[in-house]
Amino acid sequence: MDYATILQILDSAVRLMTPLLLACLAGLYSERAGVFDIGLEGKMLMAAFAAASVAAVTGSVWLGLIAGIAGSLILAAVHGLASITFRGNQLISGVAINFLASGLTVLLGQKIFGLGGRTPSLAGDARFGPVTLPLAETLRGVPVLGPFYAEVISGHTPLVYVALIAVPLTWWLLFRTRFGLRLRAVGENPASVDTAGVSVTRLRYAAVAIAGLLCGIAGAYLATGLSAGFVKEMTAGRGFIALAALIFAKWRPWPALGATFLFGLFEAIANRYPNIEIGPVTIPSMFMNALPYILTVIILAGFVGRAIPPRAGGEPYVKER
Amino acid sequence: MAAPAAMPDEGRPDAAAPPAIELRGISKAFGPVQANRAIDLTVARGTIHGIVGENGAGKSTLMSILYGFYRPDAGEIRVNGEPLVIADSQTAIRAGIGMVFQHFKLVRNFTVLENVILGAEDGALLRPSLARARAELTGLARDYQLEVDPGAVIDELSVGHQQRVEILKALYRRADILILDEPTGVLTPAEADHLFRILRGLRDEGKTIILITHKLREIMEVTDAVSVMRRGEMVATVRTAETSPAELAELMVGRKVLLRVEKPAARPGEPVLEIRGLRLIDAEGVERLRGIDLDLRAGEILGIAGVSGNGQSELLELLGGFPEVAAKLSGEVRMAGRPIPLTGRGADAAGRRALGIAHVPEDRQAEGLIMDFHAWENAIFGYHGDPEWGAALLRNDRIRAHAAAEMERFDVRPLDADLPAKSFSGGNQQKLVCAREMERHPALLLVGQPTRGVDIGAIEFIHRRLIELRDAGTAILLVSVELDEVMALSDRIAVMFDGRIMGERMPGETTPGELGLLMAGVTDTGRAPDAAGIPPGHRPEPPDPAHPHEGGLPQ
Repeated sequence: MDYATILQILDSAVRLMTPLLLACLAGLYSERAGVFDIGLEGKMLMAAFAAASVAAVTGSVWLGLIAGIAGSLILAAVHGLASITFRGNQLISGVAINFLASGLTVLLGQKIFGLGGRTPSLAGDARFGPVTLPLAETLRGVPVLGPFYAEVISGHTPLVYVALIAVPLTWWLLFRTRFGLRLRAVGENPASVDTAGVSVTRLRYAAVAIAGLLCGIAGAYLATGLSAGFVKEMTAGRGFIALAALIFAKWRPWPALGATFLFGLFEAIANRYPNIEIGPVTIPSMFMNALPYILTVIILAGFVGRAIPPRAGGEPYVKER
Repeated sequence: MAAPAAMPDEGRPDAAAPPAIELRGISKAFGPVQANRAIDLTVARGTIHGIVGENGAGKSTLMSILYGFYRPDAGEIRVNGEPLVIADSQTAIRAGIGMVFQHFKLVRNFTVLENVILGAEDGALLRPSLARARAELTGLARDYQLEVDPGAVIDELSVGHQQRVEILKALYRRADILILDEPTGVLTPAEADHLFRILRGLRDEGKTIILITHKLREIMEVTDAVSVMRRGEMVATVRTAETSPAELAELMVGRKVLLRVEKPAARPGEPVLEIRGLRLIDAEGVERLRGIDLDLRAGEILGIAGVSGNGQSELLELLGGFPEVAAKLSGEVRMAGRPIPLTGRGADAAGRRALGIAHVPEDRQAEGLIMDFHAWENAIFGYHGDPEWGAALLRNDRIRAHAAAEMERFDVRPLDADLPAKSFSGGNQQKLVCAREMERHPALLLVGQPTRGVDIGAIEFIHRRLIELRDAGTAILLVSVELDEVMALSDRIAVMFDGRIMGERMPGETTPGELGLLMAGVTDTGRAPDAAGIPPGHRPEPPDPAHPHEGGLPQ
């Protein structure tokens, strides 16, 4: 395996990591505030569909992005209403959102475009194009680092950089601002926030809305950056992989970057080498494709250290007598 | 011990200034339960004002109204003379009211500083808020003996220190009026004394303090005035200097209380429980029981006195059917002469019940009841397999009727078997557990902390029932950290210290002082401790009816 191949795999890993990272950060905001969100998958799917549809009809990827975020936010509002205002079960609400998105996207897609649930293929301005970072070509000549910068760092769509910037931003917001302090507190002991005279409801809605925003970007990226259009069930469990990464990262932003990159890397390797031959044994492509999911199961089963979730996670806040 | 009298009582409240708190006709109902009924209360500035009442008297509800947690159904609140509608906690905080809840409202994985500034940050960024809070806490700690490491994480702090953080939170928000709800329930006596020093210091700085408690000793020790609540009503407000514990107790329950338990002499019968050389090592490898020998006969109460954490809980749990408390065990326990299993099958709670052992566990909320289940469901837990409740399907009508009758006999209030256990006050929850365990006239009753967090009326009731059960022939093993309770109820007292029985005394022939020395581990020189003279297992033992052919010829 030469250096160029490694760079290609890493480049692919960054692209595949992006939707996972955005969804993982979405889950981080929501769960840090004490609202479990297994509806990441559904929100991403809805966003992917909305983004692809609007981009296909208008020809503008930016309008597509806005539509994607709006689609995701609508589902986030449903989740907030069910689990915060009406104090319903957060897992059931999440499951409902996933089913809703799964059915609704195909139904609407067929109704509007008549292509069996897909949207028309996107091209030109209806897709996100690569951004070449400054000096990428100039520095290409520098040994080792030059090609790395040009191939792996530069040349992605804008949303990849949005995801990468979201990591330090999330860290800063969570640990350096008043909003972050309250957000973390409301996920650990909402009564402490309530008795301090701060609205638990408003904080949790804010967190759920941020999660909706990030899922919206993730979904839009899937349909207009990573692919060229919406395909039925195109999220392919990424929302759940993001949840596994969130647990793996123990609800912290920087480890979330590492965890989602790992998943992206596995996917990239599987795409590049469908069959890996180790001497006489051939590892079939099915196994490689299943690897991210196997890893998810292993993480969720708790083999990777003890991860303590936010203490008030999953529980609607009710003032006690 | 006595605090230096700071000023004559008369001089302290500023006659010219309006009262800090004035409540007029406050009422609040939760569904059918009238928690507060037309409450009037005046709290003078710069005083410590006690509010006493039994559990469920409505004290906490009243204070939650004052802190904006609940909206009153009717009534008016004045703070410093100004009428105020307290719609939420933010309003209360702005009006200078701070509250220290019985169950702390702290974020356990945050630092002290983060907890203090939460909700009272200076701006959108944390750094300047934290810096200012750190400086301010240093000052507050110095002024009021509220030392606590600002960088420490709450989880690492003792309960006493966590409480200081709650007080600091209120003071940081410029609270002038501080409400403390049952603050000493979780504290050691030394921590409680320190708290009282803090409270006196705060009062002397002009702060107003409202202290909610049901411990009369605290009221007498620290308050300037005291208001008594009973069943949602304000019964009286008196100056502490002009009242007595007996008068307050009478006001609280509305009738004379028997501070001593009247009981006829015990008539012990057959041996019921014999414990020989019981040793127990727990999962952490700590030896919790170091060779316990005890005998208990039918129709007597053996009280086990001791500071909590000296092995009483482990003894009770092992006997009651929680074999998992032990990682390693040795020794023997006999019930009516037969050895009973200490591990494996038969050592669980069902096995114990089959032998006629009933158990009122120390922690009623964790082990005695399922808080979300109805009272009638709780009434048969542990006995739910009894054929009288039906075979495959439960006969809910029978269980309901049974529970209602049981609750009536035990004077459980409110008398509604359809309420979840969590809706009852502490004393009534305890009565639910006692009713279930005592109504079946067990051969042996294990009782742990029967009156912890229970009001005076219920204490008296439970004590009387225990004596009745004893007179009906039940052997009772009583574990309590309340020395008064052990002395009042027991026919014999065994003192435990560090996993050993330090000695046995007859309640009529000993004093709290002597028992206190034993509880502190001061060796018993007057009489040899049970375990000292004869090694366990070497005592003369009655013939074992379980193995009649032991040593005999094989058949």
